[in-house]
Amino acid sequence: MKSLINTLDFSVKEQDELLALANRMAASPKDYNELLKGRIMASLFFEPSTRTRLSFESAMLRLGGRVIGFSDGSLSSTAKGESLSDTIRMVSHYADCIVIRHSKEGAAQVAQTHASVPVINAGDGGREHPTQTLTDLMTILKVKNRLDNLTVGCVGDLKFGRTVHSLVKNIGRYPGVRFLFVSPGELRIPAFLRTYLDELRIPYEESSHMEAALGLMDVLYMTRVQRERFFNEEEYIRLKDMFILNSQKLENAGKELAILHPLPRVNEIAYDVDDDPRAVYFDQAGYGVFARMALLAWLLDGKELG
Amino acid sequence: MAGQRLVNSIEKGIVIDHIQAGMGIKLFRYLNLDKAGFTVVMIMNAASKRMGRKDIIKIQDITDLDYTVIGLIDHRATISVIDGGKIIAKKPLTLPSTVQNVLYCKNPRCVTATEKQMPHIFRLQNAGERIYKCAYCEEYVNGFEL
Repeated sequence: MKSLINTLDFSVKEQDELLALANRMAASPKDYNELLKGRIMASLFFEPSTRTRLSFESAMLRLGGRVIGFSDGSLSSTAKGESLSDTIRMVSHYADCIVIRHSKEGAAQVAQTHASVPVINAGDGGREHPTQTLTDLMTILKVKNRLDNLTVGCVGDLKFGRTVHSLVKNIGRYPGVRFLFVSPGELRIPAFLRTYLDELRIPYEESSHMEAALGLMDVLYMTRVQRERFFNEEEYIRLKDMFILNSQKLENAGKELAILHPLPRVNEIAYDVDDDPRAVYFDQAGYGVFARMALLAWLLDGKELG
Repeated sequence: MAGQRLVNSIEKGIVIDHIQAGMGIKLFRYLNLDKAGFTVVMIMNAASKRMGRKDIIKIQDITDLDYTVIGLIDHRATISVIDGGKIIAKKPLTLPSTVQNVLYCKNPRCVTATEKQMPHIFRLQNAGERIYKCAYCEEYVNGFEL
């Protein structure tokens, strides 16, 4: 029984097939609208979400399946003190797969341990967000027509930014990829990610100057400094506005740059960037439905790959 | 010297010697010897020429104990397998590749902070620096902190 907990759970070959399926689904979604008829997806969102939750639900509905679940952990029995493992054991009897978003790091892994159906990690604390990565990769592939030989710049909160952690680990597997990390010192990439890159000899540089790095990037992955990851409000306020992308700063960037953002944004991308042809973050959000459709089809049907 | 005589007196079993004084009781617990159904002796603060004071654990008649955790708790300890009153093997100490409920994750964002029934599992990341990684949140812990 396959699940998606960590972004490296799928091999590059499997992932390439999955992305190809996502592209076929994007080209002709109606061809798949009965693929998961009669199947049920449990959507357990213990932490707030708009895009991920709605795109998962949309994906399941577009495949002909149904959805049960909650979008606020305080409305579940967790509020009564039920453990996550008990919740998962129970929901395994109600659904054919479980999509879980949780504020605690490793929560999806705990869910997988106790589930008898496939589990999909829809974000666990500051650790991983593997389905966002599938979305990001689909976007990069659409815009750049390749996932190898790219200079990927990641800007903002690289410490708690789970989307960055998953993307870096994943796309770092493709040959010729290098990273430029731009963040305040307090929010630099965590030790486990540096170790990962060092062990695989994947080149990266760290800096705190966005403008100088922009001209070197093929892909710019902007992230939000997340208030919910800070225990100290003053620390959040001090760091949240350090890197703001606007059209003036983009004058230093290449004409072929692709600007991605997992969204939601607060103010780290000025609205005047939205009309720039290099900004692809709203298309990126749309691709999330097809990436998740492909994933659900693969985990629940398994016959549509290749 | 009383400790040394005790080591020599074993007919068959395992002797964990040269345990840092005070660590014996910790080791005793991690090896689950408090639940053992066989004879176990623990000596605390035995005189030692090399260490001044040391702890010793003698386990009677058992030779197949899983003692890998000792390498993490006290890497200077020595393990001798005794048979017929003689040392027949000295077991080298290595760091265990995985430990459960030996190291504890202190990351407040880790799922183990709220799921109290979950075991704390750590995997060896860097043997040279004795670095372990939480199996859930990937937080690093130095084995020396134990």
